[in-house]
Amino acid sequence: MKEPEIIPLSRVAKEPAEATPTIPATPRIPMMKTVVPQPGSEPHAVVGVASPSEIRNFLQAKSSGRIADGVFTGVMVLCALTIFAIVVLIIYVLVSHSQLSIKAFGWHFFATQTWDPVSGDFGALPFIYGTVVSSLLALLMAVPLALAVSIFLLDICPGVLRGPISFLTELLAAIPSVVYGLWGIFVLVPIIRDQAGPVLEKYLGWTGFFVEPNFGVSMFAASVILAIMIFPVISSISRDVMRAVPVNQREAVLALGATRWEMLRIGVLRNARMGIIGSVILGLGRALGETIAVTMVIGNHPGIVKNLFAPGYTLASVIANEFTEATGDLYLSALIEIGLALFLVTIVVNAIARLLVWAVVRQNEGGAH
Amino acid sequence: MQRVKAAQGETPEASGPGEIMKTKLLSLVTVAAMVASVAPAVAQHLTGAGGTFPNPIYQRWFTEYSATHSGVQINYQSVGSGAGIRQISQGIVDFGASDGPMTDKQLAESKQKLIHIPTVLGAVVPAYNLPGINTELKFSGDVIADIYLGKITKWNDPRLAKDNPGVKLPDHAILPVYRSDGSGTNYIFTDYLSKVSPEFKQKIGSATSVQWPLGVGQKGNEGVAGMVRNSPYSFGYVELIYAAQNHMLYGVVKNAAGHWAKASTATVSAAAAGASKNMPADYRVSITNAPGADSYPISSFTWLLIPEPSKDAAKGKVIHDFLEWMLDHGEAEAEGMTYAPLPPAVEKMVRKTIQTVH
Repeated sequence: MKEPEIIPLSRVAKEPAEATPTIPATPRIPMMKTVVPQPGSEPHAVVGVASPSEIRNFLQAKSSGRIADGVFTGVMVLCALTIFAIVVLIIYVLVSHSQLSIKAFGWHFFATQTWDPVSGDFGALPFIYGTVVSSLLALLMAVPLALAVSIFLLDICPGVLRGPISFLTELLAAIPSVVYGLWGIFVLVPIIRDQAGPVLEKYLGWTGFFVEPNFGVSMFAASVILAIMIFPVISSISRDVMRAVPVNQREAVLALGATRWEMLRIGVLRNARMGIIGSVILGLGRALGETIAVTMVIGNHPGIVKNLFAPGYTLASVIANEFTEATGDLYLSALIEIGLALFLVTIVVNAIARLLVWAVVRQNEGGAH
Repeated sequence: MQRVKAAQGETPEASGPGEIMKTKLLSLVTVAAMVASVAPAVAQHLTGAGGTFPNPIYQRWFTEYSATHSGVQINYQSVGSGAGIRQISQGIVDFGASDGPMTDKQLAESKQKLIHIPTVLGAVVPAYNLPGINTELKFSGDVIADIYLGKITKWNDPRLAKDNPGVKLPDHAILPVYRSDGSGTNYIFTDYLSKVSPEFKQKIGSATSVQWPLGVGQKGNEGVAGMVRNSPYSFGYVELIYAAQNHMLYGVVKNAAGHWAKASTATVSAAAAGASKNMPADYRVSITNAPGADSYPISSFTWLLIPEPSKDAAKGKVIHDFLEWMLDHGEAEAEGMTYAPLPPAVEKMVRKTIQTVH
C-alpha cells in the first residue's frame, strides 16, 4: 500500500535535481554528432529525414540547439555576475559617500554613543545595539512559534485546518510593513502598555528586563512586531523543508518503536535542520533591515539600556528619520556611514549564522562515523 | 529577403507620400514658431524642492497659477528643507524652499547666489494628554525647556501649578514626546527653547534634529499627535496647521511681553509684525519669542530660495511673475489654510525685493 507512495516521492525529489543538469550539458550535443548518424548511417545534413525521434526533429526545427545553449549559458552567467556588480556598487557608493565621516571619526564611529547633529558629533553604537538586540529578540520569540506551527501542519493538523492555516501564514508574509506599523501603534502598543506590561513587570521585573516606566513604545514592542513579521517567513520555509524529508525516514523511526515526538525529533527535525536554519537566517535578514514598522513602535530614542520597556533606535530607523532634513555635509556623510554600518552588521550576523551551521554539521558528521 | 525586395520596390513610388510628410512637418514647425513668437512663455516647466511644512499651500498656489497662466507648469517636491537647500545649491532645481534660513556657511558653499523670499508663517503648539482635564493649560517657555531637559518630571510640579492656578494637576510622571524625523518643526521649537532657556541652548541647541536627553520620538506630526493622543500624561509639540485641522486641544504659551498667547493666524502674524521693525534685508530672521503684546512666541517664516540672477532668463521671469501673483492673490488664501499671511510691512519689503528677481 505504502511502497508506491514512498518511491515516487523520493524520485520526484531527486530526479529533476540530478537529471536536468547532466543530460543537456554533456550527452545532448554529442548525440547530434555521433549517435544520430549511426542508425541511419546518413550524413549530417539529411538527419531530419529519418533517424532521430519526432521530438528531436521538432526541437531542431524550432531552433538550433547549440547556439541556444551557448546563449543560454552566457545569459545565466551574466545574471549571476550582476549580483557581484550590485554588491560592489553598493559598497562603493556607501564608502565613497561616507568618506567625510570616516575621516572625521574613524573607528570611533562604531564605538561611541553620541549622536548630536547640532555639534556635529556622531557615533553609531546605540543604533547598532538597537538593530541587533531587536532582531535577536524577535528570533527568540518567532523561531519556537514558527517551528511549532510547521510541525503541527506537517504531522498533527487535521486535513480541514491545514489549508486555512497555511494560507493565512502566507497571507501574513504578504502584508506591507507599514500596515504592521499602524497595527503596532493602535493595537500592540496599548496592549503592551496596559495589559502585558504590568504582568511582565510583576513576574519578570526582578530580571531587570521589564521595569517601569512603560510607555508602550519600546524595544520590546519593536521585537514583538518583528517577531510577527518574520514568523510567516520562517514557518512556511521550514514547513516546506520538513515536507521534503522522505516519508520512509519517518516510518523507519516509527517502526523502531519511537513515539510521535521522537519520530519528529529524530526523523524530521534532524534531517531538515539545515533548511530550518536557512529559513531562520532569512527571517533574521528581514528583521535586521526592517524600517518603517520598527520606526513606528520603537520610540526612536538612542540608548543602551537593559530595560526592554525603554525606547530604542535602529540603524534603519535613524536613516529613515533624518535623511531628508540632514543639512550639512558631515551630517549627511554620517547618515550614509550608518547605512554602511547596517550593511556590515548584516554581513557579520550572516557570517556568524553560517559559521554556526558549519560547526553543527561538522560535529554531527563526526558523531555519525 | 522577400521583405527587403518589397521595400526596395516601394521606394520609387513612396517618394510622393514622403514629400507630403515633409511639407506637413514644415508647416507644423512654422505654426509652432508663430505660436512661440506670440506667447514667449510657452511650456515653461519649473521644478522646486524643499520643506514639507508649506507643501499644502505651495501645491495649491502652483496648481492655481498653472491653471490661470497657460504654458506655465510649476512642480514642487516636498523632499524636506535639507534636501531642498542641497538641490538648489547644486542647481538641480529652479528654486528651493526651506523652513529654516540657510546658514552663512551654506550660502557660501552654494554654486549660485541665492536670496530668501518669505512666503507665509507657521507656528508650533504644545499638545498634551491629561485624563480628566479638558481646559487649556498654560506653559511658559522655560517650563517647556525644563520638561525636555528632564528637570520637570511630574505634572504637579510647583512651576506648572503656578502657571495654571485652579487646575488640579495629577501627581504623575510626564512623558515627553518629540519629532524623531528631521523637520522645520523641530527647528522652530528648539530655536524658541534655546532663546528662552540658556541651559537648553547649551545642552541641546537648535537644529532640524537634535539630541534629546529623554523622552520618546515619533515620526511626523501625525506620529507625535497619535502618540500624545494614545498616551495618558504625555506632552508633545505639533504644527499649528495640523492641530487646527485635527481639532486638537493645545496649550497657551507665555510671550516675550509676558502675556499668555494662544496660537492663531492673527497672533502669528502679530509676531511677524513685531519682528519686522528690525527685519534684515536678506529676510534671514528668526521670529521666535518676538516682541509685541499679542505675538505668539513659537512662530516662524518659511522661505523660498530663489537664484539671483537666474541661469535662464525665461525661467527667472516666470519666478518673478509668480512672486507678484503670490503677493497679490496667494497671500489671501493663506488664512483659510491656517497659515498666517505676511504682515503688510514685510509684504511691502518683499514687493521691493522681487523687482530684482529676473
